[in-house]
Amino acid sequence: MTKATRPTAYKAPKSQEATNPHSPVVEFGADKPLNLDSGVSLSPFRIAYQSYGTLNDDKSNAILICHALTGDQHVANVHPVTGKSGWWELLVGPGKPIDTDRYFVLCSNVLGGCLGSTGPASINPATGKPYALDLPIITIADMVRAQAMLVEHFGIEQLFAVVGGSMGGMQVLEWASSHSDKVFAAVALATGARHSSQNIAFHEVGRQAVMADPEWKEGRYLEAGTVPRKGLSVARMAAHITYLSETALHNKFGRNLQDRQNVTFGFDADFQIESYLRHQGNTFVERFDANSYLYMTRAMDYFDLAAEHEGRLADAFAGSKTRFCIVSFTSDWLFPTSESRTVAHALNAAGASVSFVEIESDRGHDSFLLDEPEMFSAVNGFLRSAARAKGLLPS
Amino acid sequence: MSINSHPRVDFAVIASLIEPGSRVLDVGCGDGELLELLQTTKGVDGRGVELSQKGVNESVARGLSVIQGDADSDLKYYPDGGFDYVILSQTLQATRNPKYVLTELLRIGEKAIVSFPNFGHWRMRASLAINGRMPVTKELPYSWYDTPNIHFCTINDFVDMTKEVGAHVESAVALNALGQRLGFNMPWGFWNLFGQQAVFLLRR
Repeated sequence: MTKATRPTAYKAPKSQEATNPHSPVVEFGADKPLNLDSGVSLSPFRIAYQSYGTLNDDKSNAILICHALTGDQHVANVHPVTGKSGWWELLVGPGKPIDTDRYFVLCSNVLGGCLGSTGPASINPATGKPYALDLPIITIADMVRAQAMLVEHFGIEQLFAVVGGSMGGMQVLEWASSHSDKVFAAVALATGARHSSQNIAFHEVGRQAVMADPEWKEGRYLEAGTVPRKGLSVARMAAHITYLSETALHNKFGRNLQDRQNVTFGFDADFQIESYLRHQGNTFVERFDANSYLYMTRAMDYFDLAAEHEGRLADAFAGSKTRFCIVSFTSDWLFPTSESRTVAHALNAAGASVSFVEIESDRGHDSFLLDEPEMFSAVNGFLRSAARAKGLLPS
Repeated sequence: MSINSHPRVDFAVIASLIEPGSRVLDVGCGDGELLELLQTTKGVDGRGVELSQKGVNESVARGLSVIQGDADSDLKYYPDGGFDYVILSQTLQATRNPKYVLTELLRIGEKAIVSFPNFGHWRMRASLAINGRMPVTKELPYSWYDTPNIHFCTINDFVDMTKEVGAHVESAVALNALGQRLGFNMPWGFWNLFGQQAVFLLRR
């Protein structure tokens, strides 16, 4: 890291996705303000989304997918910025466990995101400039409120299922708690009902890295034509480690050197793991807005479903008729199985219907995005059973 | 947590004890076979707890509401009277604290159905009396040092425990090695000698 920072011209593609996305957008005007947890009323605002499959006549076959921290609405289509295939094409598509031949699948960019929904890179109508940090703090419940308005926009009274992992799983739990009658089935993967102290700590490291970058310019980098490239890149590098596991890192990289026979006695990326992390950091900056990263991480930090119910998590699900499927992974140390078990026990105490599986995997938190046949079989079995109960499949 | 392999002759007896459409919790549900049977034949609202992750994953893939958990430590998370029936099939002898588990079953369920292998069966007695060794049978194939069955009891022992926890025996069935019911009006001592396993329906 000895090279001087080159002045970087403002990268257009990212900003264009934030303000002029490839995805369809629903605008919510002055007549439909969003009352945020912070007490602020956000209006106007907009939500960008992708959809797959066909909504049936009685609008009973809709599945909402909630994306993770750095995910987006491009679940099962080529990404407009990276050109890569959709982030959950293993799970979502024709004939897949979330079968787009059978279900209408909807995924929106979360509020506060940077792929077309209102976020810190959106233009603040009051000033004509990007919001930056003038955007109110967004919570998981706020994201869900915005999604509920989108769902209502489609005329869907009850979602057949809400599905998501990590931050997406938090939204699933929030949906099931605060909009219980609108959720027939809920699938929450690699998640928890609150963000742990250790997780908040990692997020704080990421935020401080962004804010320590001189190019961040107190959040006003879009107007200044800069990008806090280094800060956001370091934030991503640190976070990425938490998505993997020691075993996964060891198996993939070990102490292997990158394109060289010996260490160089310097600070270049001698090791493959260093090169890999730098690559992860660099590519992330191309597709993600730094301020949006601050808002997303904050939303996760603030999430504590039990706290909203005087410390009793079971009360968050009292009287729930939703069917739950909770999935954790053995090597996930960001959202360890104990977090999922806490949720399962609370659902039991609330008398809710719950399936809870822990999948053996050495690939860490990111397992929920990867090819894990046991996860697919659990989600498939759960959804098929729920579909029979809702009359979407013959019993 | 279910210990024994097929055929599970107690399943049909258990199913016959359950009212259609009731709420059922199967503690130690294995791969979910009994729960699935009860859902299809009795239309129950069924839930399960299973210790082995393999069993849980198989159950969930069948579309059953099953969670990973331990009868000894995880029943406390269930509310009082949350179920019409709580089933403990061929699992009692594998729990660390059978008396506590039985008490919990009757707290969570209006009724409890418990099936267990009878250690008072004449083959068991004969094996110990004649061979002088811990019995190893087709149904209970484990050696003493690796068996998950750490708390065997006889039918008489179990009847004593129901009295200790204040449970009422609503009905009881003893099955012989072929899975056939033994005669109804036999005294406990007869069942205790010739019943290979027993199924009890208890209420608080």
